[in-house]
Amino acid sequence: MATKNIKPRVRVPKKLTKGQVFEVKTLVSHRMETGLRKDKETGETIPRDIIRALSVTYNGRQVLYSIWHTAMSANPYSSFYVRAEDSGTMTFTWTDSANQTYTKDVSINVTG
Amino acid sequence: MKTKTDVRRRDVLKITGAGVCAVALAPLTANATPQSVQEEIDKLSDGKALIDDGRVQLTLPEIAENGGTVPLTVSIDSPMSAEDHIKAVHVYADGNPLPEIASYYLGPFNGKAELSLRIRLSKTQNVVVVAETSTGETWVGRKPVKVTLGGCGG
Repeated sequence: MATKNIKPRVRVPKKLTKGQVFEVKTLVSHRMETGLRKDKETGETIPRDIIRALSVTYNGRQVLYSIWHTAMSANPYSSFYVRAEDSGTMTFTWTDSANQTYTKDVSINVTG
Repeated sequence: MKTKTDVRRRDVLKITGAGVCAVALAPLTANATPQSVQEEIDKLSDGKALIDDGRVQLTLPEIAENGGTVPLTVSIDSPMSAEDHIKAVHVYADGNPLPEIASYYLGPFNGKAELSLRIRLSKTQNVVVVAETSTGETWVGRKPVKVTLGGCGG
């Protein structure tokens, strides 16, 4: 599998106040092979290999679930919004088409 | 050989099963949502009328030079309260070999129904976004994009 060097990246604001709606940006390096292309030399179809889901929890509560198809770009970027409640951890889990998962934890700092 | 003028090119595509990047294919007529996408949307709306009143806003370039990565922002006018929020957002590209792009499931904890992502568009076509609300309505937004270089990741 060509997906060993997966580097998930997440950006959230450093400081948050309670109730603030903030943007969460995610990026994961992955070629997102569509399974539609053919190898130019052998003529064989290159097998599909994509990230097919992103799940995000915030202090254990699910705040986003998304299903991705082949029309997501290579190195899929995705951003969304969440309301700040308490300090804690946001956990991101990407799942690829072979059901392998990649996770990243990000700490959330809520003041006031 | 397929050519631009080959009227049976869709059939040729189907038979070969090759998701040939559709660079060489002439675009479909603008604003026509092909049946496959329409059927998906009908399933989501469950027979109820689609609401297309501008509450689903799509921001993306009018002309995409590289269809392999087209930035898209979906912004939906919803209070995102416990009683009235967007439950799900589905994104389609009606001219891609596989029209489904992504589905996002949201809730009142999101505070704001706005998403950004980057998508692949094989040719000039419409991007269609369907939003399901907690009150059982189905909202829709569409936007055409001109693609000068098709992107199937190749």
